[in-house]
Amino acid sequence: MPQSAYNAALHRFTKLLAGLTFLLIAAGALVTSNDAGLAVPDWPTSFGSLWRIPHMVGGVKFEHGHRMLAELVGLLTIVLAIWTWRSDSRRWMKWLGVIALGTVIAQGVLGGMTVLFFLPWWISSAHATLAQSFFCIVVSMALFSSRLWLETPPANFAEHSSPSLRTLSLLCVLSILVQLMLGAAFRHSGIKLLPHLFSAAVVTVLLIWTASRALTNHSLPTAVRRPANALLGLLIVQLCLGLAAYLTRVQWGADAVQPQLAMVLSTVSHVIVGALLLATSVVLAIEVRRHILPVAATASDEALDKAVTA
Amino acid sequence: MMRIVPLVLAAGIILSGCNGNQSSSSPAAGSPSQPKVAIDQSTTSSISGTVHFAGTAPVPVKIDMGFDPACAMSPRGENFSSPIAAKEGKLANVYVYVKKSPVIGDWAVPKEHVVVDQVGCRYEPHVVATMVGQTVEFRNSDNTEHNIHAMPSENPGWNESQAPKSQAILKHFDAPEVMLPVKCNQHPWMKMYVNVAANPLFAVTDASGHFEIKGLPPGEYTLAAVHEKLGEKTMTLKVTPKEQKSGVDFSF
Repeated sequence: MPQSAYNAALHRFTKLLAGLTFLLIAAGALVTSNDAGLAVPDWPTSFGSLWRIPHMVGGVKFEHGHRMLAELVGLLTIVLAIWTWRSDSRRWMKWLGVIALGTVIAQGVLGGMTVLFFLPWWISSAHATLAQSFFCIVVSMALFSSRLWLETPPANFAEHSSPSLRTLSLLCVLSILVQLMLGAAFRHSGIKLLPHLFSAAVVTVLLIWTASRALTNHSLPTAVRRPANALLGLLIVQLCLGLAAYLTRVQWGADAVQPQLAMVLSTVSHVIVGALLLATSVVLAIEVRRHILPVAATASDEALDKAVTA
Repeated sequence: MMRIVPLVLAAGIILSGCNGNQSSSSPAAGSPSQPKVAIDQSTTSSISGTVHFAGTAPVPVKIDMGFDPACAMSPRGENFSSPIAAKEGKLANVYVYVKKSPVIGDWAVPKEHVVVDQVGCRYEPHVVATMVGQTVEFRNSDNTEHNIHAMPSENPGWNESQAPKSQAILKHFDAPEVMLPVKCNQHPWMKMYVNVAANPLFAVTDASGHFEIKGLPPGEYTLAAVHEKLGEKTMTLKVTPKEQKSGVDFSF
């Protein structure tokens, strides 16, 4: 596999895009929290124009602000895909840039469909979920283009526990993704709260199990231990925010005539910390796959050692 | 591992299928297969009554219109939310309609428009009723843009923006529907309800909780009173020719 040289400018650019995508997710959450999803009734134009900025008042400032930020992220993703294709020698990295571009285009189309079909919960939920997936792709690209990734060799750590940390970390990603889908579906009035709560319990158990496995093994590299640590911290914050969102929106704000600051803050924070949690789990899964050998490889190495010793 | 992934996905799909939406009450009035009969206007009757509210109405909440300076500076002044508009035990904004009729008459669609105005960043009136096919005229008397987003369950949805003091938007609804929500996403406190009836036998209670329905052919009816928050109450009543029945009261 060809190894690419560290490109500081490209790495910084990817980090910038990841940061903007994070802001975009926050902007999208603000649109939903302020019930402003249809404040601009047309798409791809805004009030009939592709370029004219409308009067940014009421729900329009949230919806059109989200659209403008989305356009910027889309534009920068095109640049990232081209830049990566031209300058990164890793074939899979080139295609990851293309996948990022395809995802952002699909995301834009889904965003448009939410407007054109008047926010059906399943399209809105798909839009929310794909946003998180796109964020993870860009975060992964930032990781793959980092100096640490390019210049530090894999630790080739042998693991003997079952289930393996590889399996657990992958389950964390999948469970958080399912949880985000359920959260989005609840937020867009597609399902009741119970599935989201049940899934939260599953995610909590899985994350604590995975993180404690990574953190109690002190010989694991920092690249694995750091995201595991972050995962635990974010999980605690996210559970508190989930409770705050439940109290402010479901318990106290069910009959609110307009979105209250507390409910907007708690729900937007819950969404963005959810995005951070997913991205961190993806980083953990990637680092685990990089530094920890699969169980089969570990077993065959041990067999080889035994044979040599004999 | 490969067994777990489809299980997790399947669980997600199954759980997401648990739609939290609730169906609205049936707006039916007689069977659609029933033949239309000519109504003899000389024998029709009227009913009138009051809708009472026995509980304690929540204190109206002042709406923060700082979201849009044009709303905050409106000459109409402050805006209060009062989903249960009850005064001295009388309930306003209740849609009273014939849920079950002995006949389906050859009722003509009224030519006059049902007018909804957006003024001071609120809908006036808050609840309207219209016959299927009748024109509903949405006006914008405000100095700010609104979007009118109808969220029906039986009719096609629509969402249109309306510039300040611009031409009215004319709409009609082709299927009966009860408490069809209409809202503005630019000003999230703005919400109102359109009720669509298959016949002209309906009314909306005024500020004193009073309603009157005219033009009922003789027969036995199921009358329903629907409130956006308090739900539906029904009663059965018999109307004789040329009767002016009063005291047809509902109580929530």
